[in-house]
Amino acid sequence: MKNDDIIIQIKNLTKEYDNNPVVNNISFSIKRGEFVTFLGPSGCGKTTTLRMIAGFEKPTRGEVYINGKNITNIPPHERPVNTVFQKYALFPHLNVFNNIAFGLKLKMVSDGIVTDKKGVKYEKFRKLTKQEIREKVRNVLKMVDLEDYEHRDVDSLSGGQQQRVAIARAIVNEPEVLLLDEPLGALDLKMRKDMQLELMNMHKKLGITFVYVTHDQEEALTMSDTIVVMRGGVIQQIGTPQKVYDEPANAFVADFIGESNIFSGIMLDNYKVQFCEHVFECVDKGFKKNEPIDVIIRPEDIYILPEDNKSAMMRAKVISSIFKGDHYQTIAEIIGEEGNEILIHDNTECKSGETIGLFIKPFDLHIMHKSRIINEIITEMWDENVVEISGGRFDCLRSLPSGTKVKVQIDFDDVIIHDDEKEGIIGGTVVSSIYKGSYYQCIVRTDDYYDFFVDTDDEWLKGDRVGISVKPEDIIVTEYVEDKDEKQD
Amino acid sequence: MKSKIKKLLKNFRITRSAFSYPYILFMLIFVVLPLALILINAFMVDQRLSFGNFISLVQDRASLPTLLTSLLVGLVTTITCLVVGYPVAYILAKRKSGRIIALLFILPMWVNFLIRTLSTRAMFEALGIDLGMGTVIFGMVYNFIPFMILPLHTTLSNIDKSYIEAAQDLGASPSIVFLKATLPLSIPGIISGITMVFIPTISTFAISQLLGGIYLFGDSIYSKFNHGMYGVGSVMSLIMLVFVIISNVFISKVNKGGAARNLW
Repeated sequence: MKNDDIIIQIKNLTKEYDNNPVVNNISFSIKRGEFVTFLGPSGCGKTTTLRMIAGFEKPTRGEVYINGKNITNIPPHERPVNTVFQKYALFPHLNVFNNIAFGLKLKMVSDGIVTDKKGVKYEKFRKLTKQEIREKVRNVLKMVDLEDYEHRDVDSLSGGQQQRVAIARAIVNEPEVLLLDEPLGALDLKMRKDMQLELMNMHKKLGITFVYVTHDQEEALTMSDTIVVMRGGVIQQIGTPQKVYDEPANAFVADFIGESNIFSGIMLDNYKVQFCEHVFECVDKGFKKNEPIDVIIRPEDIYILPEDNKSAMMRAKVISSIFKGDHYQTIAEIIGEEGNEILIHDNTECKSGETIGLFIKPFDLHIMHKSRIINEIITEMWDENVVEISGGRFDCLRSLPSGTKVKVQIDFDDVIIHDDEKEGIIGGTVVSSIYKGSYYQCIVRTDDYYDFFVDTDDEWLKGDRVGISVKPEDIIVTEYVEDKDEKQD
Repeated sequence: MKSKIKKLLKNFRITRSAFSYPYILFMLIFVVLPLALILINAFMVDQRLSFGNFISLVQDRASLPTLLTSLLVGLVTTITCLVVGYPVAYILAKRKSGRIIALLFILPMWVNFLIRTLSTRAMFEALGIDLGMGTVIFGMVYNFIPFMILPLHTTLSNIDKSYIEAAQDLGASPSIVFLKATLPLSIPGIISGITMVFIPTISTFAISQLLGGIYLFGDSIYSKFNHGMYGVGSVMSLIMLVFVIISNVFISKVNKGGAARNLW
């Protein structure tokens, strides 16, 4: 068997609620014994994915395999997984011992092969004896440091202790996979750090597969062997913590994991990139000439030099500089017309208003394709000079008969966002907002699930309802011909 | 004296506690005073303190059987309500369509209970069913089943779904999930349902008389007061009160501060 070390395999998994995809066609596999974390902002589909592995949600499409066996339609109580729930879900009518023994009392274990009178061999099953159950519960309580708590009511335990009981209740069944749904979310910071270490130790000791869900990027970076970054029901990147941090796959991952500076730039040639009105040497190649790209620079990869130092690549004016314990967090404005802001973590203390020189090593410039360079929608004309976009009617300058299939293009900075949803022609929800040095790039999702990319000077809060409108002269309408549809963003 | 009143009025301010005065007054007149009157009546024979009323109640041959019949009717009614009501409450809590069922069970409550009981009797008579113990219990169940369903429904729909999922996750099949998680978690609802059915059943009057000519405890209290036997009637009311207190103590023991608060 070639895939013997793969324990969970997910194929084209989709979950829709009222036709809205929460998890959208994801596929990946998890190796035996791995510590895998699903990481993403709330509503990204990470918990839904976990619940589909546990069996609490039925996928709309796609399959889940465990040990090569399709378990998509198997009910949760027959799956070889156990879950630690977000709010622990300890049974209030049972004490600590009985909570932990709940699964053991239901478990059937093999009692050897028996031959009946007709000579047919079959495997006999029996329940665990009381003695066995007691022993197992005692062992697991010892493992979570709660030896003397057997007879306590679960309500009388602190949050941290309840957490331990919840973990004990799951691992006592010796599952092949342990699923953890934001288990540390309700604990205070110090408790959370301690539990992180304990969970990691437990993972080492038990040697089973952990699948962990969190929105806390630091937790994910500390604990995981592999991180699966999700957004909007889609996997953005799968990789080791180092890889996800050092080589984020796109601007979203870079922004979500750790702090970063994200600038729009142009790839002039192989190994040559332009952004913030300066040309830099870099280590990337293979882009199209003059292709618009995103450049990501981690704040700790930028070095502050004296203004007149020869190796300074650009000059900036310090806006603020705050001591953060082991470094200074400096925000500076790059001198030039665009006035890009840049975030720097460096050991040099700066005064605000001071001019400094900046230096970045070529391999610290992370260059990635833009996920989109223009909003492009295939739609129909509603009337002459009116085009339909996401259910709204937009005035435009092209007069084509109604019903004509057209391609509409709108530049990011031509989309106008209104605070009041009613002021726009259509409404939408802000799903992301990323600062790009001198402006914010927002994604506004319309009610029919089209994502508008918008460049704006204002910051919009994620989850806010906003209105969208576009000036008639900014809507580029071209007649759409089906068979030419070969290139897609 | 006058200056004192003036001073009081001067010091009187509308504080938060001032709003509770009307209620305190109401409670004093309509709760505490009647209870005191019952207590006094129970121990008074010819304006003298005595246990005479207790003695005449014990000597009355009809009283004890009436009490036993009441308890029996109460028990059978409560069990029937629980057996019929639990599945209804369960379906109500699980499905959206359950609302219509709930409405069907609650709708009769909007009709005055005397009219309801009289029409029930008319129905039995039309169907040619003899009135008796069976019809009394039917009437009781019909009248009190909403009081069983409502607390059960509240408790069942408030059970956190994650408990059910946790039980499934730990290997429980649907029937074991019900036995080991749903049922124990709904005990507070069962208990308050029982109290809300049992106590009113043994203390109501009219239903049993109209539907079977059977005298229950409530009916005999009613007739005692009707015949001017205030002393004996008060003693019987006290016995009723003791039953309520006993069942309340019992319930709070079992419930251990559980989720649903019972109303009695």
